[in-house]
Amino acid sequence: MVTKNQKHVNTNPESEPNLKGTLISVSILGAILLVTWIGALMLFLLR
Amino acid sequence: MATPANVVEKFSSKVFHNYGTVELSLSKRERRLIMSYMYVAMISLLVGGLMGLLQVLARSGEFELPWGINYYTILTVHGVILALVMTSFFIIGFQNALMGKTIGFSKKQLNWAWVGFWIMLIGTVIAAVTILIGKANVLYTFYAPLKAHPLFYIGITLVVVGSWVTAAVNFRQFYLWKKAHPNEKSPLLAFMVIINMLMWCIATIGVATSMLIEIIPWSLGYKNTINVLLSRTLFWYFGHPLVYFWLLPAYMAWYAIIPKVIGGKIFSDSLARFSFILFLFFSIPVGLHHQLTEPGLDSTWKFIQVILTFMVVIPSLMTAFSMFATFEITGRKKGYGGLFGWLKHLPWKDVRFLAPFVGMLAFIPGGAGGIINASYQINTMVHNTIWVPGHFHLTAATTVVLTFFGIAYWLIPHLTGRKLTDAVNRLGIYQTILWGVGMTIMSTAMHIQGLAGAPRRSNFSDYGGTEQAAEWGAYQMAQAVGGTILFFAILLMIFIFIKMIFFSPKGEQEFPIAQEEDHAEPTPKWTENWKLWIAITLVLILFAYTVPIMDVIQNAPPGSAPFDWPIGS
Amino acid sequence: MHLHKYEKYWLGAGIVGLIVFLIILGFGAFYLGTHPQSHGEIIDPENIEANDAFKPENRGLTKVDEGRYVLNIVASAFNYDLGTDESGAPIKNIEIPAGSKVLVQATTPDVIHGLNFAGTNINMMVEPGYVSTMEVELNNPGEYTLVCNEYCGVGHHLMYGSLEVVE
Ligand code: HEM
Ligand SMILES: [Cu+2]
Ligand SMILES: [Cu+2]
Repeated sequence: MVTKNQKHVNTNPESEPNLKGTLISVSILGAILLVTWIGALMLFLLR
Repeated sequence: MATPANVVEKFSSKVFHNYGTVELSLSKRERRLIMSYMYVAMISLLVGGLMGLLQVLARSGEFELPWGINYYTILTVHGVILALVMTSFFIIGFQNALMGKTIGFSKKQLNWAWVGFWIMLIGTVIAAVTILIGKANVLYTFYAPLKAHPLFYIGITLVVVGSWVTAAVNFRQFYLWKKAHPNEKSPLLAFMVIINMLMWCIATIGVATSMLIEIIPWSLGYKNTINVLLSRTLFWYFGHPLVYFWLLPAYMAWYAIIPKVIGGKIFSDSLARFSFILFLFFSIPVGLHHQLTEPGLDSTWKFIQVILTFMVVIPSLMTAFSMFATFEITGRKKGYGGLFGWLKHLPWKDVRFLAPFVGMLAFIPGGAGGIINASYQINTMVHNTIWVPGHFHLTAATTVVLTFFGIAYWLIPHLTGRKLTDAVNRLGIYQTILWGVGMTIMSTAMHIQGLAGAPRRSNFSDYGGTEQAAEWGAYQMAQAVGGTILFFAILLMIFIFIKMIFFSPKGEQEFPIAQEEDHAEPTPKWTENWKLWIAITLVLILFAYTVPIMDVIQNAPPGSAPFDWPIGS
Repeated sequence: MHLHKYEKYWLGAGIVGLIVFLIILGFGAFYLGTHPQSHGEIIDPENIEANDAFKPENRGLTKVDEGRYVLNIVASAFNYDLGTDESGAPIKNIEIPAGSKVLVQATTPDVIHGLNFAGTNINMMVEPGYVSTMEVELNNPGEYTLVCNEYCGVGHHLMYGSLEVVE
């Protein structure tokens, strides 16, 4: 069984979805990466 | 909607036509093949989980292994059967399902795929027997000059060879499809499978070489000595891409299946492909990051591979963004606005979503720990401490495994012609929670204990009664509590598998494959410049490894004779 | 290929962050000299005594100068040889005054080992054919357990000793 749906070329690449929540979420992720890494560096330096 | 002719013309030379994702249905024989892989994966999970339970109990110091079983036999079984067997069987089965669903198997291809399966299974059985009779207490990394029974190495090599047969079938399927569809982009999932298999084939050349020209002849006594550092370097040339071989199938589900499960669309086909291409480039030339504290390897080259390791973080950063964006766009489309309102629309009560989602959460501390491990001199602080198992029980045993479970909840009923029932769904949710709780406890205990210096791969010991060892003991207890919960989670999972295979009502369970937006940006043709991708991959490998390996060979010390008495055989 | 504006921010910040991490690590390594262990000196594993450092009389701790020590260790399955005391009994515990600089040198006549004074930055692989060395300054008083953290056989967890950093 084969089902095909024809797709179209994007004619309007300017429209961007609203991704404010995504930006905040990844920023939190980035902050976690930063804090844990600095924590590990500090522990390393103190030893 | 009609497309203006000039737009098509403007794009057509550089981008693919997009006919949407074609979905085939899996034939009976294809289903049987894939289920065979799943059975091996399930049995491996049960056996490996039981070993895990014995490990945490033994390490707590409160419990002695019965019948004089050796801790390191158990640990070898655990590592081999979970890290090498369970993962590779699930992955190859799942990837065959994706290839069957998007491209299809010819009769001949399917026969060859069966050949691959049997070679892998025979290899697994041979290796398993040598471990169980106590002749291969070398752990899953089989570092020379510890010497296992030669059949252990031959068995593992057969597992790799079997995977190559399947890879060859997948390449053939893909090649014929591309030839028949010159102006179309390949199905996204097939593209991803091919990237993963390419990476796997290039990476396994490392272990295969080491096995065939060093370890096997040496273990059989045809060669008196072995170059220990060379065998280790070849092992880790394979060992790091091995972890990406586990991770990429999880990413396949995240990029191209989860969007469908939550009622959304693929965020960006091109970006998904691009991230996979980056994984192909940067997964392999980084193995020295597992050897940062070893003698005989030049520090400059270690640092260069650390830089390359940091490059492989980038496609994971892209993946994180894509996941959040998929969730947010889908939520907003359903009318859930606000900064985080879109979280509310997610199908929390659908285990096909919840299990992989918990896996994604685990990847946050998992990834953070990974960056720390890769951080050159900071690695010295955690190297070979139990922090490291703490790390990969988050990444492999949670992110990857829970995503695989999330796949199994629909794949297995789909293959057996049954439905995922509400009851199984509910059990699945409990399973996911149990896994999450158990792993949080076990992994946190391991991380803290590792920072306090406790070694990995070690039976219980009081280390001459030091205060530190007593302090580790408290965390070993926590680890035992978490590990026991995890073992119950595995039992529940096995119960769920049995229910799904034999007792669920007959029906058609959907094989969810996400589509692109109707107005999705077309995928550029350069994404399938395969020759270039392979060339860049090889150039990066040659760059990162030529000098270190020449160095290891030219400045080699006298070789090592085999040692089998330390493993008790 | 189109990137969302925010994705550009995220990847840009992420890449800059990774570069900053690498610069910090590179500065520590190549300017301050805190490399992980990477010594390249080779040795015959079947004749480690050909190297002076591993002759029986030179094993263990030696004071070479005010506040400077050399610690030679032979790791073997399943024992750490830290030298012997006056009565000829094997030494298991070592004492070093806080603030001393110690050069640890280790090798093995058999299989691989992982030499780690738990809780310090002395953590290095020991492999047959190579001498592993690391120089550290021990500033924090306390007792540190010497463990083997790379699997070397069924008695792997029975290799130990201890290091006391005293005020
Ligand atoms: C019941 C669940 C599990 C428990 C209780 C458990 C427990 C453990 C423990 C305590 C260790 C460290 C042993 C040591 O270093 O002495 C370990 C190692 C390991 N585990 Fe698990 N684990 C479980 C599930 C898994 C799963 C699902 C995977 C793979 C996907 C996995 C892969 C590994 C690997 C590769 C090692 C390293 C073995 C080695 O160092 O040679 N584990 N496990
Ligand atoms: Cu790695
Ligand atoms: Cu050991």
